[in-house]
Amino acid sequence: MFDDLNDLYQQVILDHSKKPRNYGRMEHPTCDACGKNPLCGDQIQVFAVMDGDKILEVKFEGDGCAIFKASASMMTDALKGKTQAESNVLFDEFHELITKGTAPEGNHLGKLEVFGGVNRFPARVKCALLSWRAAMAAVGTGEKTVSTE
Amino acid sequence: MSETLSLSERRADFPILDQKVHGRPLVYLDNAATSQKPRVVIDALSNYYLRDNANVHRGIHELSNRASAAFENTRERAAKFLNAKSAEEIVFTRGTTESINLVAQTWGLANLKPGDVILLTEMEHHSNIVPWQMLAKRTGAKLAFVPVMGDEGLLDLAAADQLLDAPVKLFALTHISNALGTVNPVADLCAKARKRGIVTLVDGAQSAGHRRVDMQEIGCDFFAASGHKMCGPTGIGLLYGRHELLEAMPPWQGGGDMISNVDYFESAWNKVPHKFEAGTPNIADTIALHTALDYLDEIGRDRIEHHDLELASYAYDRLATLPRIRLFGPAKGRAGLVSFHFADIHAHDVVMMADMEGVALRGGHHCTQPLMKKYGVSSTSRASFYFYNTTQEVDRMIDVLKAVQKFFGA
Ligand SMILES: Cc1ncc(COP(=O)(O)O)c(C=O)c1O
Repeated sequence: MFDDLNDLYQQVILDHSKKPRNYGRMEHPTCDACGKNPLCGDQIQVFAVMDGDKILEVKFEGDGCAIFKASASMMTDALKGKTQAESNVLFDEFHELITKGTAPEGNHLGKLEVFGGVNRFPARVKCALLSWRAAMAAVGTGEKTVSTE
Repeated sequence: MSETLSLSERRADFPILDQKVHGRPLVYLDNAATSQKPRVVIDALSNYYLRDNANVHRGIHELSNRASAAFENTRERAAKFLNAKSAEEIVFTRGTTESINLVAQTWGLANLKPGDVILLTEMEHHSNIVPWQMLAKRTGAKLAFVPVMGDEGLLDLAAADQLLDAPVKLFALTHISNALGTVNPVADLCAKARKRGIVTLVDGAQSAGHRRVDMQEIGCDFFAASGHKMCGPTGIGLLYGRHELLEAMPPWQGGGDMISNVDYFESAWNKVPHKFEAGTPNIADTIALHTALDYLDEIGRDRIEHHDLELASYAYDRLATLPRIRLFGPAKGRAGLVSFHFADIHAHDVVMMADMEGVALRGGHHCTQPLMKKYGVSSTSRASFYFYNTTQEVDRMIDVLKAVQKFFGA
């Protein structure tokens, strides 16, 4: 059973979903934001410590499916040390990967490419993007609450 | 499982069940969201449009007479189905949600004052919470909730007794919880409310198509139901209201059909129930609902209830053998659904993987977010049954869930 799903739930994804990195509240974030997927009840809060426009620390707390958790976990690793501009580029690349299944030449996705199977499961696109939307809201200047609806 | 076997013969009446989903035979276990429709109901819909379609209550020609008669016959049929005293006690709505909103916006606005209490329970569907929150904001009334006890999900009846002694004007509660499968003792609770002069509304969305619902036995003032959960089409629902109450209530929407006379500055309302039905109604779906009610009674609602219980108990017992599972709702005497939660696998993953094997479950908060928060979960998975489901289908669900657990290494 589930041979068709191995593409979606790659081993790295399962691993991160079971043991998410950088999980938990942050005592003194310099910025934070929350995200919600009202349809399935997924919720996330993203905390970050910034030094100027550089992201020093990122943590998250929330509840959701395996794709959601793994995406949030791997995102926190990926964003550490990036500038705002670099994180925007990375988000755009990730967004393209999730929605189209391919990433532009010379992208910076690295390990994040394991999410390449998500685009074949339209219902899971939101799960993979929620943490990123919340993080972009946290480190950016826009609304501090994002919703996938 | 004799009942189960004989009722599964009814599967042949449901063309939709005979298909493959993702290459596997469909196992439809999302009946609490909406039931499937038997061929007779689908035929009733198309026959109406093929032969009888016309507007109701306004024509003098043959087709309009036919449509009007069939439309009003459904009202008679629904009254009999619910054992109302007369067809005038049946208002057609779009469904349970609209029925509840109608009561909130007519009876509620006319009768509630600041400080009055609207009593609900902690297991209500959003559609039996939000309309009352809106009403409370407008009138200054307050909300109170009968607690639900533990994962067994029974109402705290001692607390209900105490809460009913507050200045409660309305007690609105669900007959069957769509999130837990709990069957509430609505007749006892309505009797207690009535002794104190409290008006009652029973949300029958999950019960009307699954067991006998007798307005005289339940003793409620209002009862709401949805056609689409009882083999009928979407877009048609029922509101039962006791005649005196409907009579005293102001109308709801204004327009054609709900008036007896209109002048430029003033109008007079039509009789009940027509004063609550402005505009051209949902004629086709109403007429097809008649067929659905006939169909259910031909099977026998006692048999459906029995089958629900047998299948849900079987599913409950088999689910209980899975590791790291949390089951919600009563172990005994439950309605035809089971809600569950794996400690380490999110419902969204469970339901999607089940779908890949052709098994349709529901995962989420089931429109009972406050209840989910109380249980400390964001979502559960739910299997909900109808008379066409079989023990073999439950077995397939269990096999799939075991494979899901294995996949996640749980
Ligand atoms: C207990 C309960 N009440 C109300 C509703 C709302 O019914 P509808 O969406 O048909 O108006 C539902 C439907 O899921 C339900 O299960």
